[in-house]
Amino acid sequence: MTEHLSREQRLAQGREDLQGREDLALSPGAGGHATATGQTSTGAGALPMGVDSADSEVILSHESGLEVKARSQWTYARRRFFRHRLAVISLIVLLVAAILAMFPARFAPYAFDEFDFNNIIEGPTTEGKHYFGTDQLGRDYLSRVIFALQTSLWVAFMVAGVATLVGTVVGAVAGYYGGWIDNLLMRLVDLILVVPFLAILLVLSAYLGEGKPLRVALILALLIWVGLARIVRGVFLSLREKEFVEAARAAGAGDLRIMFRHMLPSTVGPIVVTMTLLVAAAILIEAALSFLGFGVQPPTPALGKLIGDGAADGFSTWWLVTFPGLVIVTLALAVNFIGDGLRDALDPQQRVRA
Amino acid sequence: MLTYVIRRLAYSIAVLFAASIVVFWGMSSVTSVIGFLEQQPNISKQTIQNITERKHLDEPIYVRYGYWVKDVFTNKFGTETESDLPIWPDLVRAMGHTVQLIVAAEIIAILLAVLIGVYSALRQYSAFDYAATTFSFVGLAMPVFWLALMLQILFVQIYLKWDLRIFYVASLNSVDPGSGVEFVLDRVQHLALPIIVLAIANIATYSRFMRASMLDVINSDYVRTARAKGLAEKRVTMKHAFRNALIPLVTLVALNFGGLLSGAVITETIFALDGMGLYFITKLNAGDPYPVMAFLMVTAVFVVVFNLLADLAYGLLDPRVRLD
Repeated sequence: MTEHLSREQRLAQGREDLQGREDLALSPGAGGHATATGQTSTGAGALPMGVDSADSEVILSHESGLEVKARSQWTYARRRFFRHRLAVISLIVLLVAAILAMFPARFAPYAFDEFDFNNIIEGPTTEGKHYFGTDQLGRDYLSRVIFALQTSLWVAFMVAGVATLVGTVVGAVAGYYGGWIDNLLMRLVDLILVVPFLAILLVLSAYLGEGKPLRVALILALLIWVGLARIVRGVFLSLREKEFVEAARAAGAGDLRIMFRHMLPSTVGPIVVTMTLLVAAAILIEAALSFLGFGVQPPTPALGKLIGDGAADGFSTWWLVTFPGLVIVTLALAVNFIGDGLRDALDPQQRVRA
Repeated sequence: MLTYVIRRLAYSIAVLFAASIVVFWGMSSVTSVIGFLEQQPNISKQTIQNITERKHLDEPIYVRYGYWVKDVFTNKFGTETESDLPIWPDLVRAMGHTVQLIVAAEIIAILLAVLIGVYSALRQYSAFDYAATTFSFVGLAMPVFWLALMLQILFVQIYLKWDLRIFYVASLNSVDPGSGVEFVLDRVQHLALPIIVLAIANIATYSRFMRASMLDVINSDYVRTARAKGLAEKRVTMKHAFRNALIPLVTLVALNFGGLLSGAVITETIFALDGMGLYFITKLNAGDPYPVMAFLMVTAVFVVVFNLLADLAYGLLDPRVRLD
């Protein structure tokens, strides 16, 4: 058993050496963004870490015990992730944002609807702790941004969670069964892609949204899962022909068991990476929706809405537009970098290829 | 090839037909035209009665769908609910403006993205490469509407501080745009900011894609062969690598059309441009489903056509791809 572990370690060491050189690279050009290019590059970014390791994992488990092997696999992935410096910094940024969002009342200097009539339309100033300035009612924009973080992050993660669930199940079913089921589901995906995304979204939220964060999140999730479904389908199509699936079937495993116990673990890489991209996309789309007035409705603050309110005040109050926007950019960047680090960690083949 | 085109056309028509059902059914189930009209204080019962009859609003949904489809084909999407004004002329006028915006933004985006992408690929891991990658990362993380607002603020401040009018921040033309060259210049000054906004978002996506595609080609065997047989480096990159690296970008650009329209909705709203996007938002806020459905169907037709073109272009440009 010790012999096995050390061999695994040596292998992983070699793999890390291969990519160590490019560690700080923002992984330029690795596959492109799934949301934008998902249609064209479904296959390219889809080869998961598990394709070869999954086989070896099964074989090795006879000799060394599955528990130990499975853990070491994740240890290597974690180590690869933590070597990606930008990803680690981004993770810290996102964690800080999440903590702020969880306890906004504790960190914000003011309540989000608290008026300070002594400081109305005040630029960023340390006086009265209005670091992001105030609007025409004297509301502190830093506090409003912190409270808005709660809504925006919650919506983003909710969207990504639901969309990942739907996309994975649809993609898995389509890829596993193939035939008319695949055809039907993929035509549904085509249909959703035919009408511009934002347009359907606006129509739905105009009439169904009613401004509740949960509703906005569900409507968004309802449309955003298609890219992930295509990716998962692609991986399942290729996995379906693998020997370990045949072996599982020969051993008498049912369809559901094969799909979710045997094939899904090999798909985790692309799914996790796509999920982070979905979080970033959801942050941006939610912001756009609330900016246009079709997202979360007041009094609940949302980042996009804050920008919209600030812009409505005219072109002189630049701070009302700038700071919430910078927060959005920071969040989206952080999530993208984390996704990048995760891709390197979970899907090292792709990095070597690029 | 011909059978492929015919089959794809048939499929596209089927998709559009399905889309029309989804759009109509969706709009009818989320909106209530009569309910909306009854909320308006200045519309009398008699008017509502007339509108109900004119638009057959009291019929079951499949009958209404039939009337709508008939209107779409024989009457160019029919009329708006309340005013009974025809939809088509407004939509076409708006479309013309959107086309100006989109085409200009696309041309700029493609040219710059190809330059950036190819150069980053040829000088991989150079300072330029890192700068370009950083730019595209930030570009992808930046909300389009925020960029638009920031540019508006910037140029308004420039105007206020130095009385310098570089670009206008709203609408298509000045009140008195003049004619001839003056008119064109005035239009350019108005459209410049929206075009920049739309272009930047797309440069970020396209340049990353172009770089990846160029790297892929550079590292392929036939390029190595070209080098090995002693061709000049310039000839290898331009004739052998570059032309082939362009092919995936053509597909991406064609498939990105829907995303471009989404961007146009946002930029047109912010810059108050009389285009399709603003038309859509205005009608959506007015609560009238018929113009909204007209917009959705027109954009669906565009997207389907561009998807078809993407497939055909791929087959034409890359002889390895057989369309059949």
